[in-house]
Amino acid sequence: MNLFTAVLLGISFTSFLSLYRLLNGPTVFDRIVAASAITTKTIVVVAVLSFLYDQDIYLDISITYAILSFLAILGVAAYIVKKEENQ
Amino acid sequence: MTLIINILTAILMFSGVFFFLAGSIALIRLPDVYTRLHATTKLDTLGLGLILAGLIVYDGITLASVKLIFIVFFVFLTSPTAAHAIARAAYKSGVKLWGKNPIDRYGESQNDNS
Repeated sequence: MNLFTAVLLGISFTSFLSLYRLLNGPTVFDRIVAASAITTKTIVVVAVLSFLYDQDIYLDISITYAILSFLAILGVAAYIVKKEENQ
Repeated sequence: MTLIINILTAILMFSGVFFFLAGSIALIRLPDVYTRLHATTKLDTLGLGLILAGLIVYDGITLASVKLIFIVFFVFLTSPTAAHAIARAAYKSGVKLWGKNPIDRYGESQNDNS
């Protein structure tokens, strides 16, 4: 088995572990934390896939995904703070 | 030389997977939002940093490794910022600290200011 395939299998397994907290979290913030952990794993998966398939263009997708997940998490956190202050 | 590079890549990538595994188990086992946030911040910086460092060692100095260095730098900047935003939003919306935690410095500083 290729080294990159083994690493991809390990990361996928840990993603499923995080999915438990995403589905089961007591508060909405637990779900946000689990979602941010899964997006980090997705960034790494896309970067390793780019080496497995030998396609450099996948790294640009990885950069874009990092920026998008950061903006999404900041947006959700700011939205919840605004909602609390208005009440 | 190729053998040394391959062994170094394998060591770096598997230690990154180990940190991913430890962070995910901590995400399930730890008791409240703030401690889970602490665990996943380690997962972001160490896991992603080590695996992408393994890829950089494997590839040498090319355009791809420059892009990888940019991803690592960007995530090292944004991951603590996002964690801070989540913790602040959680505290402001009244998520309680874990019952056995005796210290609440953020709440004390808020009371001093007001």
